[in-house]
Amino acid sequence: MRALLSIENLSIRFGDADKNNEVVHGISFQMGAGEKLALVGESGSGKSVTALSILNLHDRHHVSYPSGAIYFQGRDLLKCDQRTLRGIRGKDIAMIFQEPMTALNPVYTIGQQLIEPLMVHEGMGKTMARQRMLELLDRTGIPEPHKRFDAYPHMLSGGQRQRVMIAMALACSPKLLIADEPTTALDVTIQLQILNLLEDLQRDFSMAVLMITHDLNMVRRFADRICVMQHGHLVEQATVNDLFAAPQHPYTRFLLDSEPTRLLADETAARMATRPVLMQAHKLKCVFPIKAGFFRHTIGEVKAVDNVDLTVRQGETLGIVGESGSGKSTLGMCLLRLQECTGEIVFDGQRLDTVGSRQLRLLRRNFQVVFQDPYSSLSPRMTVEQIIGEGLQIHFPALTKAQRRERIVKVLGEVDLSGDMLSRYPHEFSGGQRQRIAIARVVVLEPKLILLDEPTSALDVSVQKQVLELLRGFQVSHGLSYLFITHDLKVIRAMAHRVLVMRGGSVVEAGDTEQLFTAPCHEYTQTLLHASLFNGKIK
Amino acid sequence: MNDSVSQHGTAAIRVPLSNVQPLSPARRAWLRFKTNRRGYVSLWIFMVLFILSLCAEILSNDKPILVYYQDSFYFPIIKSYPETAFGGDFETEADYNDAYLKDRLTQAGNWVWYAPNRYSYDTINFATEHPNPAPPSAQNFLGTDDRGRDVLARLIYGFRLSVLFALALTVVATAIGIIAGALQGYLGGRFDLFSQRVIEVWGSMPELYLLIIFSSIFQPSVLLLIVLLALFGWMGLADYVRAEFLRGRNMDYVKAARALGVSNRAIMLRHLLPNSMVSVITFLPFRISGSILALTSLDFLGLGVPPTTPSLGELLAQGKDNIDAWWLSMTTFGVLVSTLVLLIFIGEAVREALDARRG
Repeated sequence: MRALLSIENLSIRFGDADKNNEVVHGISFQMGAGEKLALVGESGSGKSVTALSILNLHDRHHVSYPSGAIYFQGRDLLKCDQRTLRGIRGKDIAMIFQEPMTALNPVYTIGQQLIEPLMVHEGMGKTMARQRMLELLDRTGIPEPHKRFDAYPHMLSGGQRQRVMIAMALACSPKLLIADEPTTALDVTIQLQILNLLEDLQRDFSMAVLMITHDLNMVRRFADRICVMQHGHLVEQATVNDLFAAPQHPYTRFLLDSEPTRLLADETAARMATRPVLMQAHKLKCVFPIKAGFFRHTIGEVKAVDNVDLTVRQGETLGIVGESGSGKSTLGMCLLRLQECTGEIVFDGQRLDTVGSRQLRLLRRNFQVVFQDPYSSLSPRMTVEQIIGEGLQIHFPALTKAQRRERIVKVLGEVDLSGDMLSRYPHEFSGGQRQRIAIARVVVLEPKLILLDEPTSALDVSVQKQVLELLRGFQVSHGLSYLFITHDLKVIRAMAHRVLVMRGGSVVEAGDTEQLFTAPCHEYTQTLLHASLFNGKIK
Repeated sequence: MNDSVSQHGTAAIRVPLSNVQPLSPARRAWLRFKTNRRGYVSLWIFMVLFILSLCAEILSNDKPILVYYQDSFYFPIIKSYPETAFGGDFETEADYNDAYLKDRLTQAGNWVWYAPNRYSYDTINFATEHPNPAPPSAQNFLGTDDRGRDVLARLIYGFRLSVLFALALTVVATAIGIIAGALQGYLGGRFDLFSQRVIEVWGSMPELYLLIIFSSIFQPSVLLLIVLLALFGWMGLADYVRAEFLRGRNMDYVKAARALGVSNRAIMLRHLLPNSMVSVITFLPFRISGSILALTSLDFLGLGVPPTTPSLGELLAQGKDNIDAWWLSMTTFGVLVSTLVLLIFIGEAVREALDARRG
């Protein structure tokens, strides 16, 4: 069988030739017609760059190809002129992107955007194109495609938008579909649906799919063959079964080992129940009014958090799981009084909901927060010393400058960063290092409780595991309590003693982690578990 | 040698220092600014011109810098001497351009060190051979205006006044704009809504009419102009700062600061302000050039500074009235255009330098 796509010794370079900035170093792989190939790697491994170069979508002024060729049906795409490429893009090779929110133009209806490839490539008339796209939309599982056809992108949910993107990509029956992290931005239950859809469509259209992802679990479910990339090198290439059964390259083994494992060795539910209660919340409620009209009167309300009760014990991790919009982050913000709410919050024997703002500021030392995105949670114009020292200045005003620095250096050591980073700025650090700085910033205050709002979601799997182990280490050594908010059930299973499952602002199920994972009672919990913990192929 | 031991009170901590000096965002912006040759050169030219103009009294003055008369030194540039001190007849201040006095000051071992241009902005040259406005000559390098005052002197002093005026106006208006925008953006809600309406009402006032009215009520002066223009000039910037604060208020690092227990004032000053300065600084050169233009046009219309004050706008107006006296309009035009062009080149370079996407 002749290969549909064949990449030979491809190197990609950003910017000028004199600098050492080659990001992909001579990779080669082939794809047959109708094959499902996955390109796996962590951020910065060059997987997306490789995919973009297939369609030559790079900015020509910034990107050059020192060596290599990309043959598609025997033709070298790198040597094609723009005109030929335009004929191939969307017709023979289509692409779907990670972020369905930004991949659709907000000022056109989805119908206008959908019929465009048909009119351009097939020369179809408007009515015929509309007819064909309606069929495709129906095929992608969008309910009532007639109504959705004239909707604007903002009127659709994220999952629906991704379906629209898929329909658009399939418009001209391409021979190759490049899917760049197609499910990363979606909720787990939606992820599973999109993945199933892609699989069905791949079979029906008998097209080849090149899936780019960081998620090995998903690949295992979807792909025939896997290429693993690291730092711009293709380190291993094997069929799914071979790769998972006997990974050859150390990096592949490392990736497979990076799946979080349960870190709470001997702390059983019975032992935890005897510990003293640190925080207790009763009938917590947070409502956002919907306002309309000239005088902005309230016409309704969104219950972001609805009658939630919870208890956190000393040294315990309480996991809060839920999909986007379930109110889990809002609940966390309410508990720390960073968001207005009603209900009773008792922290360490003291009512938090009634305390005045001045006294609350002093109490804040005891309950801290680490955010999801380490890029936006550190002020870009402050040095590491200023960032970590700020809390010390407020809560330990008696410290001299030298004593403060001493504590900062010590805490940097505890998060495995060296003391010479004091005068550096956040932009000089990687995502994992930034998250360590964010953790150091709160740990230096010696709090009793830390709210962890998706602390590992923005990190690569390998770094994720290190950060989780670091957090667990602090819990053991300092006796910290954690409120761990995440959508990732694998992480929760590794870290949490008990779990709350949230949906639409209220808690649908709560209980001991192992119990909840092995025998979920609520229907929603079962769906969530099924969607996120697929092991091997589920057919 | 990579490591250094630093002594802190009682405890000595080993702080290994790497060879690469970490660059602050401001320092990196400065390096990017320097790579823009045009803007960098413009900044140098502008600074040199501005500093020279600050020394206008030495460059262009009808009083000599130093006089040596009958074995003693005189400093007319700082101190005023009566004509009798140099053997004249009158008790009034000496006119050093007077032929009789010049003669006495250069006789018998006496000497005078004149300024390079022997006229101040309000010196009237009575000795010119041509009717005023007089064309350029050896006496007046760029001619005189219609009252016999030296054009070069007026340009030097006028440039200085324009730039100082623009700097003062920019500082005042920017300060008001930052404070107003910061409060609106950070506090939000009702305060924001109310202030926005106030700004809309205030912004729709006819600025020019108010200036005409005020200049007839009060004695026109530079200070009054700064106050009036600043009252109307802060609104544009306030909108930008407000938007930056609104955006920044919801950033995680602000939430993190609130969770640390940082006070509102400290959050605004330490976290939000440095991060919203980009738009403020980007606007500064353009605001300065805008202010210069505003002063010039008001002076051109006769609504600006009092008549004796050296001003580019007033020279332009004279140039319009004496259209055949090309040395009035062309030179003023040249000064004005080069000032504005320099500022705009600097502004472009600043804008590019602050664009963090440029690495």
